[in-house]
Amino acid sequence: MAHRASEPAVVMELQAEGLACNRGGREVFRNVSFKVAAGEALIVTGRNGTGKSSLLRMIAGLVRIAAGRLTLTGGVADAAIAEQAHYLGHQDAMKASLTVAENLQFWTKFLGSRGDFSPALELLGLAPLADLPAAYLSAGQRRRLSIARIVAVTRPVWLLDEPTSALDTPSQTRLSEIMRGHLAEGGIIVAAAHGAIGLDRARELKLGAA
Amino acid sequence: MNPLAAILVRDMRLAVRVGGGALMGALFFLIVVTMTPFAIGPELTLLARIGPAILWLGALLASLLALDRLFVTDHDDGSLDLLMMAEVPLELTVAAKALAHWLTTGLPLVVIAPLLGLMLNVDMHVLGWLALTLAAGTPALTFVGLVGAALSVALRRGGLLLAVLVLPLTVPVLIFGVASANAAIAEPTPFGPAFTILCALSLASLVLGPIAATAALRHGLE
Repeated sequence: MAHRASEPAVVMELQAEGLACNRGGREVFRNVSFKVAAGEALIVTGRNGTGKSSLLRMIAGLVRIAAGRLTLTGGVADAAIAEQAHYLGHQDAMKASLTVAENLQFWTKFLGSRGDFSPALELLGLAPLADLPAAYLSAGQRRRLSIARIVAVTRPVWLLDEPTSALDTPSQTRLSEIMRGHLAEGGIIVAAAHGAIGLDRARELKLGAA
Repeated sequence: MNPLAAILVRDMRLAVRVGGGALMGALFFLIVVTMTPFAIGPELTLLARIGPAILWLGALLASLLALDRLFVTDHDDGSLDLLMMAEVPLELTVAAKALAHWLTTGLPLVVIAPLLGLMLNVDMHVLGWLALTLAAGTPALTFVGLVGAALSVALRRGGLLLAVLVLPLTVPVLIFGVASANAAIAEPTPFGPAFTILCALSLASLVLGPIAATAALRHGLE
């Protein structure tokens, strides 16, 4: 991961205490607590509808916290967790009429990266498609473009919602290399998944177990 | 290029690419103005008298035409989530999107208005003034409409809701826009007062519109 700017090592930890989530007047989960330190991954598992995506969106600041506390220590002072986190959701946030390069260029500039985005395209094997409008990409290629976004812009916390969906086996391997690289650099990963996502020492948070 | 310039460029690119609505507003404006003489009849003095009003009404409807898609498309493809997670305050992002929208739909209306004024027998000498009133007033329409566009995302209702919500709020802009355009035509009435109020409305909406729209978007969080 030579293309990433080296950052001073800080002991970072994402802590949740007694989180509760209500959506549409229905309680999705409550009393969820966890701690993830720098270099650690937390895999959120659970059946459909137990609030895996809601939990990720809550950390990303996109779902209101009904109760409980969510803190990130050791990050940038006075920046919200959302500003230090990447969210890889089910939607790609890519515009069909813009080319692959234009889409990625926009997000890297908008998310405040000064770096070049082309190494990320290269890394995800999208460089030959750079001038193709995103409308012509397959589901897996769109997914890879989203992953290129989180690689191109350095943010410590990665929130990945079923990151391996639509990816073929080589791309899944590539993704787990990227995730391991991120952890090795002291990043934090919180991922929602049904199956293995290729991280060896990941801790598991099971939602809806009661 | 800073983040706000990036979103300005992206939105303008999207507007001029396939599926974007850049010229739809201008075409709609052209059609409304062209249809009017058919409805009213070819009486030149009458057309000259109501010309500014027709142009303003046409511009009002045309500038709201593509507005409901301003946030809905970003919401549907997940871009809005990421826009909310940026270091840039959402208010500024929203304002940059509105500016891009005005540049691609509002500004073309201002540019073609003098031409359409000719079709309505508006006095040649006041066409420039008329375009000036539109240039001063259409930003207000966009930035007031912004609130409606944000609400249509928050409430998950598109299209008509926007028109129903926004059109009543644009009444002051319409009144002072037409008043200042008429003042430019009928000499004794001074152009200044109505036009200054029109500018004031635009400036106020430039500030209040993004703040209110952001509040609506944040409230729409679920």
